[in-house]
Amino acid sequence: MDALIDKLKGEIIEQLNLEDLKKEDIDANAPLFGEGLGLDSIDALELIVLLEKNYGIKIQDPKDAKAIFTSIQTMADYIKANQK
Amino acid sequence: MNQKLETYIAADNIISPLGFTTAENFEQLKKMQTGVQYFEQSELSPEPVFAAVIDSNKINSEFKKFPVKEEFTRLEKLVILSINNVLKQNPKIDITGKKTLIVLSTTKGNIDLLDTSIAQKFDKKRAYLWEAASAISRYFDNPNKPVVVSNACISGALAIIVGKRMLETEQYENVIVVGADILTHFVVSGFQSFKAVSSQIAKPYDASRDGISLGEACGTIVLTNNLSNLNQDSKIIVKAGASSNDANHISGPSRTGDGLFIAIEKTLTEANVNASEIDFISGHGTATLFNDEMESLAITDAHLENVPMNSLKSYFGHTLGAAGIIESIVGLQSMRENTLIGTYNFKELGVSKPINIIKQTTQQQINNCLKTAAGFSGCNVAVLFQKQ
Amino acid sequence: MSDQNYITSFCSIKSSKVCINSHIDYSESSQVSSIDFLKSAYKHYQLAYPKFYKMDSLCKLALITSDLLLKTNKITENYNKEEIAIVIANSVSSLETDVEYQTTIDKNNYFPSPTVFVYTLPNILLGEIAIRNGIKGENTFFVFDKFDAGFMSSYINSLLNNSRAKCCITGWVDFYENKVESFLYTVEKQPGIMNIEHTSEQLTKLYTNQ
Repeated sequence: MDALIDKLKGEIIEQLNLEDLKKEDIDANAPLFGEGLGLDSIDALELIVLLEKNYGIKIQDPKDAKAIFTSIQTMADYIKANQK
Repeated sequence: MNQKLETYIAADNIISPLGFTTAENFEQLKKMQTGVQYFEQSELSPEPVFAAVIDSNKINSEFKKFPVKEEFTRLEKLVILSINNVLKQNPKIDITGKKTLIVLSTTKGNIDLLDTSIAQKFDKKRAYLWEAASAISRYFDNPNKPVVVSNACISGALAIIVGKRMLETEQYENVIVVGADILTHFVVSGFQSFKAVSSQIAKPYDASRDGISLGEACGTIVLTNNLSNLNQDSKIIVKAGASSNDANHISGPSRTGDGLFIAIEKTLTEANVNASEIDFISGHGTATLFNDEMESLAITDAHLENVPMNSLKSYFGHTLGAAGIIESIVGLQSMRENTLIGTYNFKELGVSKPINIIKQTTQQQINNCLKTAAGFSGCNVAVLFQKQ
Repeated sequence: MSDQNYITSFCSIKSSKVCINSHIDYSESSQVSSIDFLKSAYKHYQLAYPKFYKMDSLCKLALITSDLLLKTNKITENYNKEEIAIVIANSVSSLETDVEYQTTIDKNNYFPSPTVFVYTLPNILLGEIAIRNGIKGENTFFVFDKFDAGFMSSYINSLLNNSRAKCCITGWVDFYENKVESFLYTVEKQPGIMNIEHTSEQLTKLYTNQ
């Protein structure tokens, strides 16, 4: 399993207080918002903070966030592409 | 129902970057002068920010005119100055009497005291909202326990309704409703983390709006049910008011405007006033995409879309617990002078329903003024002021 | 219409004990932390509301108490959702979360958290209860040094007697340091089976017995 994806799952569970979920409950390709994990607009903003705090990546335009946070897989791809 | 006592406005005051009295503020508004400024660098934010900030030197020099027995925080000083001003306007209000209640509207009170670099002079407990309220009532020797209303961005308008309801119980003759919030790093960073702060001066209801401007202010309205406590000929009453909840989301407004619609409908029903009798709406108009859109839906559903409406957020910034009070006071002054204030920075309507936003200061007879607001937790409020 | 109103149900959580209409319904050793107790109560009552975990402690306490309170009556079925008011007070506002948020804006570790910031308003708990139950009526949050039976009874009676609401979910919810307690109750125009008048005296008695 991709170590980054595993790490991201743990961080998301902790940061977004998804205490009733375990890492193995989350499918890396499932949508984070709406049907999937059921995250909402505040969670999206918190994910922006998470990227900045844990990976040093700043999303300048919040409109970009939607594509980046489609799933854990897209988040991981974005981190790999943008991490210095 | 028994003969109902009316709730009259006995005095009012606004302290903002535009002035330290209602008259000073209204003069600036008539000229469409904004209090929002650009700060390249400030204690408020690591990034540049537009905000409406009151000069601390001015607060301190005004405050020195009054003798004090103890230290007061920046917020408390504003409240004391504002209440002193209304008492000077109307000496018939006996603040030391059992018949006068103080209602404080604030969201964050002395939140600056959590920053240890500011807090040294005060006990940690002073960050409790009721401690701040107690300090204020102690200063004025008011014998009653102050009431604190802390209900996000509707606090101010809601506190006016609470004041009216407390007068209806006939336990009191006067209620001094004071609303205040100061601008702090705490509040600015929070709204920035929400990506809700505008990169310009807020543009309420405009097509190019992109968020709020924050501000700080204090406002006081004295309510009385005793006609002989009035010292002016023009009589305005708080006719009715109601609050509601969207039951939808804690930080985003309803997408349909149903919550605000409920508050408006309940207010008009209680007042026994038709939508066609409303002359002016003092809107919430924070200039976020979703808030202003939501308001346009609720206003249209209530058949108020043709009524002249403004937002003062581009003059004062969003002043949280003070907003509903200072915006209501501007509405009262508009009624007295029959003058509608144009919405600064509004050029082109950018909401889906064709509501009637006032662009320029204009003269018009106003008998019924509706104040509306909405806030975090999905809360909404409407208050109706009426000329007698 | 009579000006008399009645307390028709009540629920409190304090010192690792849940009391519903005066009987202890669930408890744990007082050694357990307040937040752990809330989580185990949530599981014990199978409240099945995943949003619970996202709330701050103050809202968790308010949500569980209101859920258990509303299970004992039919308020949300018997009344139109616009006719139900929620009026709650406390002494600490949202200080527990305010202090937590302040740590996220430390100059040396500056990552302001939106999910924490949103809970730095005490009235968010009114919103959480409203969302959970679809309640759309009057909403007010007050702050006092301590539970004020005189003010609360007078304000809520005035709401009901002036037809601004037909029933009210009300009371006290505090969560800060060692001050953790909730006491919520419903007020209606009919006496119900309890037949407790909503007066300052009755309310004081009920509150101090919790």
